[in-house]
Amino acid sequence: MKNIYKIAIRNILRYKRRSLMTFLLIIVGVVMVIVFSGVSLSFKNMMVGQITDSMLGHLQIHKKGYLSSIDNMPLHLNINESEMNNIEKLFDNQKDEIEAYSLRIKLGAMLSNFQRTTNIRLTAVYPEMENKTCPNLISRIKNFSKEPDKFIQPGELILPENLANGMNLKVGNEVVLVATNKDGSVNGIGLEISGIIESFIGPTGRDGYIHIDDAKNLLRITENEVNEVTIRLKNINKLNRAEKSFGKELGKFVNKKGMPAFELHTWTNLSPFSTIAAIIDILIITVKIVLISIVLISILNVMMMAVYERVREIGTMSAIGTLPSKILWLFVTEGFFLGFISTVVGIIIGVLSLFFINLAEIHFSFGRMKNLLLETSIDSVELLTIFIIVMVVAIISSFQPALKASRMNPVDSLRHI
Amino acid sequence: MSLIELKGVDKTYLMGETKVHALKNVQLEVDEQSFTAFVGPSGSGKTTLLNLIGCLDKPSNGSVFVNRVKVNDFSNKEAALFRGKNIGFIFQTFNLLPVLTVYENVEYPLFMVQNVPEKKRDERVMKYLDAVGMTDQKDKYPSEISGGQNQRAAVARALVTDPKLVLADEPTANLDHENAFKIIELMKQMQRDLGTTFIFSTHDPKIVKEAKIIFNLEDGKIINKEILSNGN
Repeated sequence: MKNIYKIAIRNILRYKRRSLMTFLLIIVGVVMVIVFSGVSLSFKNMMVGQITDSMLGHLQIHKKGYLSSIDNMPLHLNINESEMNNIEKLFDNQKDEIEAYSLRIKLGAMLSNFQRTTNIRLTAVYPEMENKTCPNLISRIKNFSKEPDKFIQPGELILPENLANGMNLKVGNEVVLVATNKDGSVNGIGLEISGIIESFIGPTGRDGYIHIDDAKNLLRITENEVNEVTIRLKNINKLNRAEKSFGKELGKFVNKKGMPAFELHTWTNLSPFSTIAAIIDILIITVKIVLISIVLISILNVMMMAVYERVREIGTMSAIGTLPSKILWLFVTEGFFLGFISTVVGIIIGVLSLFFINLAEIHFSFGRMKNLLLETSIDSVELLTIFIIVMVVAIISSFQPALKASRMNPVDSLRHI
Repeated sequence: MSLIELKGVDKTYLMGETKVHALKNVQLEVDEQSFTAFVGPSGSGKTTLLNLIGCLDKPSNGSVFVNRVKVNDFSNKEAALFRGKNIGFIFQTFNLLPVLTVYENVEYPLFMVQNVPEKKRDERVMKYLDAVGMTDQKDKYPSEISGGQNQRAAVARALVTDPKLVLADEPTANLDHENAFKIIELMKQMQRDLGTTFIFSTHDPKIVKEAKIIFNLEDGKIINKEILSNGN
């Protein structure tokens, strides 16, 4: 085996210029994929992190039918206390997967500063639960200086930046919230603005926050009812598995009509950014296909040339008694090394490129988010995937010329000029 | 005892649309440990005959026996295994592998064909390099040595597996007169020392005289067999 490797390497070095061109082509391809994957995946993960960690969480549970009428913020589709107890028991059984969960009441209300009135969407939360489930939420609150677990207290309102600007409201101002409860009666409470929250992309990006006790008071809810349960997983990469497992367990709860009582949604069902994330994934796959084509064509070309130029050598090896399988192995090994060396070099250069991109501290804007720092990274699984792709394609593309070499008639080969 | 036996061998092949009868009803026996030459002009069938004996080609009709084994019906793999075990080859254009040194070229059949352990390989390679007088050139590549030295290395490569038979197709055609005789003399010496059967083809009348047995070929037929007293 050692000798086959030696012959393969020497044959690669024998055609220095041609081998160098092939190496360069594959190296450029690998670097291109690593840089593109590193930048785009980092961007995607950063955006997904922002969305899930500051707003949506990873999974959400609602009463069946809630999501389809979410724009109306219905109050008759609340999860009652006994149902909540059942869900919490389910969470106890899934402790290994769940990091935290938050109970929410989403509502619409009228906001008045005693001069002007506008409508507002509100998310009422328990601050400790919310902070554990969406730990980046507080980073969106301007000049935030409180304890994170107490970011909203009864009597306080965190107002979306857009509304604060439009109504000329500041922290410390008094406002009144007026809302209709599920029975149709109207109620109002006075609150003090405790913070201004920056807007965010997505349908719920203009939400204000109040304490859940104030929501209950405003809506005259006497029991422990919520209309949204947001879950944060310990590992977002296990989202699909968690969705299946929770979905199966939640499916066991049925309403009076025998239909599922709850619905479970991942963040991808709730945010339009999931489409962008899917497009990024498609682009990465496209770039990988380009890499596959580069490797396939360049190695196929160089190996076909090698076989054509070494017909007499192949004839000699065959005449001496070299088995066809060993001749095949010899040429496949050449293709393997072409792929291996260039992939390793490409991966090193690619990772170094990402390192230098990080050193350059490139900033960008996305929607309302300004001055985002591009922090590229690529995980070892992605690098291993690229390595395996190139190696498999290198072996496949050298197999056809190698097979041709192994099947050559020694008489014809020895006669070849 | 015959090492090689050909019975009623025909070989026909197509050259474009023309059918070429390369060998016609060849009957042949070559004794073990002999030093034999196939002689004839270009196109007389020398190389075709060597190819059939060397299991590189198959006859259109008739039977070929090498070392009492019928080799006609071998698959490619069986033929390769048989060649690797029983037959050494010397080529007109030396055919050393250019990426290997002289030492590695001689070693090649031992690791690629016979899977001989490394320590034993070294002993055998050095023994044959010494026998052909190429020890001091062992680390050079074929492109760095003369044609004569290339052919010496090729002789060592052909013999290193201790084959029963060595086939040499025009081994002196690419050498000057002096080197040609040196190679033939080396082959004769190896035949004497090792008892290996040598068959070579040539159309050089001076080289022919070095053989013990001569088969003259013309138009694909063996027209006569000569046994020379000054040969072996």
